[in-house]
Amino acid sequence: MAVTGDGVIVVGAGPAGIRAAERLVAAGIRPTVVEESARDGGQIYRRQPEGFRRPPEALYGADSAKARALHEAAQALHPRVDWRPGTLVWAIRDGTLLVNRAGQHEALPFRHLILATGATDRIMPLPGWTLPGVTSLGGAQIALKAQGCVIGREPVFLGTGPLLYLVAWQYLKAGVAVRGVLDTSAFAKRVLAAPWLAARPGLLARGLAYTAALRRAGVRIATNITPLEVEGEDRVAALRWRDAAGVEHRAACDGIGMGYGLRPETQLADLAGCAFAFDGGARLWLPVTDGDGRSSVPCVYLAGDGAQIRGADAAELAGRLAACAALRDSGRAVDELEMATLRRRLAGMTRFRRGLERAFPYPAHLAADLPDETLVCRCEAITAGALRQAGGEYGAAEVNRAKAFSRTGMGRCQGRMCGPAAAEVLAAARGIPMAQAGRLRGAAPVKPLPLATEAAP
Amino acid sequence: MTGLLHRVAEADRPPIRLSVDGREITALAGDTLLTALLVAGARLRDSEFGDGTRAGFCLMGACQDCWVWTEAGARLRACSTPAEPGMRILTGAAPWP
Repeated sequence: MAVTGDGVIVVGAGPAGIRAAERLVAAGIRPTVVEESARDGGQIYRRQPEGFRRPPEALYGADSAKARALHEAAQALHPRVDWRPGTLVWAIRDGTLLVNRAGQHEALPFRHLILATGATDRIMPLPGWTLPGVTSLGGAQIALKAQGCVIGREPVFLGTGPLLYLVAWQYLKAGVAVRGVLDTSAFAKRVLAAPWLAARPGLLARGLAYTAALRRAGVRIATNITPLEVEGEDRVAALRWRDAAGVEHRAACDGIGMGYGLRPETQLADLAGCAFAFDGGARLWLPVTDGDGRSSVPCVYLAGDGAQIRGADAAELAGRLAACAALRDSGRAVDELEMATLRRRLAGMTRFRRGLERAFPYPAHLAADLPDETLVCRCEAITAGALRQAGGEYGAAEVNRAKAFSRTGMGRCQGRMCGPAAAEVLAAARGIPMAQAGRLRGAAPVKPLPLATEAAP
Repeated sequence: MTGLLHRVAEADRPPIRLSVDGREITALAGDTLLTALLVAGARLRDSEFGDGTRAGFCLMGACQDCWVWTEAGARLRACSTPAEPGMRILTGAAPWP
């Protein structure tokens, strides 16, 4: 099949994808932009549906100017790119993307591919986390931002990371009685991470302001906590947790938003054949890139949180930089100063990211203590005990073997929710370093396809 | 029983009617199916493994835990499907033909 247009495809129309496409268009290219959602913007700058009236200031707060600029940039691109919203890329094979739009199948060959696939919340399971009323932190934010709804009138927010405080503050501002902000990270870690966090003083100050506002409103904030259990029959009724002094608490609530930082969506990079390496700071396997976004596979570029979690500002820069790299690799002139400036600005954001990893580490230690009956994989209802059995009795030395024995990560989400935690549970059970537990390999289709799929006419 | 989700903004959109498990509910134009069903109730599906009801989790198309079905047997991901007037939705386990 012949490559159509200029043969440059951008997957994902969030901050990284939009800026990548914009840079390509500036170079006279008409890229294809494939986006799974109906609208561009990504998750952080997620747009509300047509007919909603809140202004950007109400939706994106301090980031409203950036959100507005990004949305305007995307809007201006629509006539200048082959814009394909509502389209799922479900496989990559022989230089071709296999896509599905509303049940219609199509193959899109590419010469250059920029993957800007974004991220989702990183999860640590706990007993009861599948009960109705428990959502991801990002989900709690999306309910508010994109639907004008809250996940509870008296919610608790559990996890760690800047999003924990941001979402709690957004709920407070929406008039909700937040019943607790429970952080697994110790406050002292924030102090120790200050030299790295100082790389972005504005963001640091903003984080402190959210915390202060929550405290002023009387919201209970506890750090260095251990989550124990979500209680409830058919829906959330309470969260049990233990404080740093070892005292147990029970917070009655009607909703729980939980998340422990983010994890990149790397399935497509995996299917494209990109090499991965274990990142000790993030405790995650990440696709390998050079500083400019080139993956290990020629003509495949990675940008934004889908490659490395650095947030939306970094994603905009990384998207543009990856586009510059692709342009240069295809023999077009790109000003070195432009690329050097982008690299320098990204360096500060990488440093800040390292600070966040130190201040709000993923609570890997909780994996060892999860009760055996805890559901780790919510798709297939696989327990921590079954996973430990796979690692022990059945001798599975890494997650793909454990998946074969226990089905953990084999379900419809392909380990997006359970993957990082499952690797921690396995590593703890076998007493091996996390890096040795490996990573779940991606498989096509990366997301379930509609039941009846036809070739496009 | 009150729903899991509560509206705090954008509540002046035009109402739409759809059916959930044979019962009429009122939602608002622009709702996702997930919003429509969880403002009205507290469940989307049953786990196929007998561990109880589910009502989605990630709300961004990743976890696949918000699947519902149309009475005609089509599977829909509730968090990313707009609610449309007249939809006839089934919660619970997948209908077996």
